[in-house]
Amino acid sequence: MPATTADRAQPDTTAYLICAAAWLVPGVGHLWLGRRQKGIVFLVALTLMFVFGLWLEGALFPFQLAEPLVALGALADLGVGLPYILARATGAGAGRVVAITYEYGNTFVIVAGLLNMLVVLDAFDIAKGRK
Amino acid sequence: MTSHFGLMVIFSLFVSVVFATLMRDEPREQLKFGGRLLAGFIGAGVVIGWLLYPLPL
Repeated sequence: MPATTADRAQPDTTAYLICAAAWLVPGVGHLWLGRRQKGIVFLVALTLMFVFGLWLEGALFPFQLAEPLVALGALADLGVGLPYILARATGAGAGRVVAITYEYGNTFVIVAGLLNMLVVLDAFDIAKGRK
Repeated sequence: MTSHFGLMVIFSLFVSVVFATLMRDEPREQLKFGGRLLAGFIGAGVVIGWLLYPLPL
């Protein structure tokens, strides 16, 4: 494997900046660290998974602290970063509860966010020279 | 697209691709690991589906 910028540990500030970028745009943390193939796969797969979930009429859950499970769903949705913000801004993700694919859509959207959180942690480990 | 099996396969594909890319560095290894994950997800889904079949709702 060719040497990349991740072969040496990054300073804390840079590592946290990489995490923020990795959260905002899936895969960008790995691209920043020179792991181009991984970055592109994450960017395409996670964005597509999120969009597919919305296409299946899944919902973007609101932050309702009175409903802990809904709030957790909202937190998971937020994990995907910019696609979530864009979907919210454009009014997508209203969800249609009676749609046969509603629960599937929710699952795709939630899991895309959770997987991106794992990707962010992986980018952090690479930035700190642990991988 | 409303086939439960089809949606399960697509979901498994996305998750397998991301996990294989996360956990393996070489493309060849990623392909092997991703293929095993995908087969495992689909196989487990079918087996669990049949196990649940006789249960009343």
